[in-house]
Amino acid sequence: MEPTADGAVIEFRDVAYMLPNGQPLLAGLNLQVRRGETLVLLGRSGSGKTTTLKLINRLLTPTSGEVRVNGEPTAAAGVIPLRRSIGYVIQESGLFPHYTVERNIALVPRIEGWTADRIHARVEELLSLVGLEPQLASRYPHQLSGGQRQRVGVARALAADPAILLMDEPFGALDPLTRDELQREFLRLQRRLNKTVVFVTHDLHEALRMGSRIALMEAGKLVTILSPKDFLRSNDPLAAAYVRAFGNGLDAVVNGGAS
Amino acid sequence: MNFFHFLAKNREQVLELTLEHLWLVGVSTLLAVLVGVPLGILSARWPFWNRPVLGTANLIQTIPSLALFGFLLPVPWLGERADRLAILALTLYALLPVIRNTYTGIRGVDPAVVEAGRGMGLTDGQLLWKVQLPLAMSVIFSGVRVAVVVSVGLATIAAAIGAGGLGEFIFRGLAMVNNQLILAGAIPAAVLALSADFGLGWLEKRLQPR
Repeated sequence: MEPTADGAVIEFRDVAYMLPNGQPLLAGLNLQVRRGETLVLLGRSGSGKTTTLKLINRLLTPTSGEVRVNGEPTAAAGVIPLRRSIGYVIQESGLFPHYTVERNIALVPRIEGWTADRIHARVEELLSLVGLEPQLASRYPHQLSGGQRQRVGVARALAADPAILLMDEPFGALDPLTRDELQREFLRLQRRLNKTVVFVTHDLHEALRMGSRIALMEAGKLVTILSPKDFLRSNDPLAAAYVRAFGNGLDAVVNGGAS
Repeated sequence: MNFFHFLAKNREQVLELTLEHLWLVGVSTLLAVLVGVPLGILSARWPFWNRPVLGTANLIQTIPSLALFGFLLPVPWLGERADRLAILALTLYALLPVIRNTYTGIRGVDPAVVEAGRGMGLTDGQLLWKVQLPLAMSVIFSGVRVAVVVSVGLATIAAAIGAGGLGEFIFRGLAMVNNQLILAGAIPAAVLALSADFGLGWLEKRLQPR
């Protein structure tokens, strides 16, 4: 059922994470993320989904077990090159308030030493990719709407063309209309770019829509991994509880596209 | 003879003492920034240092200024020249607001911004120079402003150990029971403090991150 370990872009091998005070946040996690898929980590707050995400780009280090990216244990890789090769989008966008849109997007290319021309061209390309007007380049984040900020956040994460994208509730703080718009556009973008995406959300609707597969998490453990279609029919009590909580009409939103 | 007459008649000396005063405040503030900002960064970055650093700066603050001048008098190289001594004492007093505001400023940077920067692969140094310090700048600056304003007042006491400055007039006036002399020191010092407060406040506003 699961692909061979070699096919996985990201792999968790029996990973546990504990806070310094001994409180376990994550235990016995085995998980593989396949190339080009969007794996959604679904769960309530405190279920360990964000912790899982941060273990991938080593914002957190496993207490035990091993996380591999492209077959290489992250513990062995240099942490800075690892992070620069992985795009990272978070809920409040985390844009630098003192940087213009252009400088925000150009962050990684700049520290990677790209030429000014190349950076400029890349910024223009990315702005159009995420559906922003080129004249927004000189604006500051506080001059943008929430939706625009998240678009810039996505553009920034894509700047150095990473193969992997980590997204931590990227659309969580947006109003329903804008969220719907960004979800749809991101799906279209993902079909074009074919990144390997790990997407954290607590919203089943969003999970069904965005995910190739959904990893359901609870209390620091992986409960089950299911395709969106199977998720809706699952006998797992927690999955069923989610489906009940989100009500009817979920069939319609299931991700039909990717993988 | 009224106060303005006095100023006009002694304008050279007033000017000289004012410049001396500015020199004491300027050099000590500069030193306090050079020492205090790194200490503030240190304690923001490694919480272990927070208590010893801020605690010491706090403790210094509680020493009465006249006593501090006295304590430093017998120190070999320092005690030789009154202005060195005064500058050191003023620096020590200016440390607390500088350290505290550097610490608060860096700690106050939106965690989401820091996390995003770290997640995108900024090194600690890049994070500090490109994100934390620029965003903390206005808070750090307001600490410097407090330090300057306090120092202008405190520096008048430096005259007690012969370091010069506008305190000269004040102490002379006290000795001679001459209010005009006291005012000739006190008023320019107050004007200095107010203009420093105003000027630096204006600069601080311009440094505010958007």
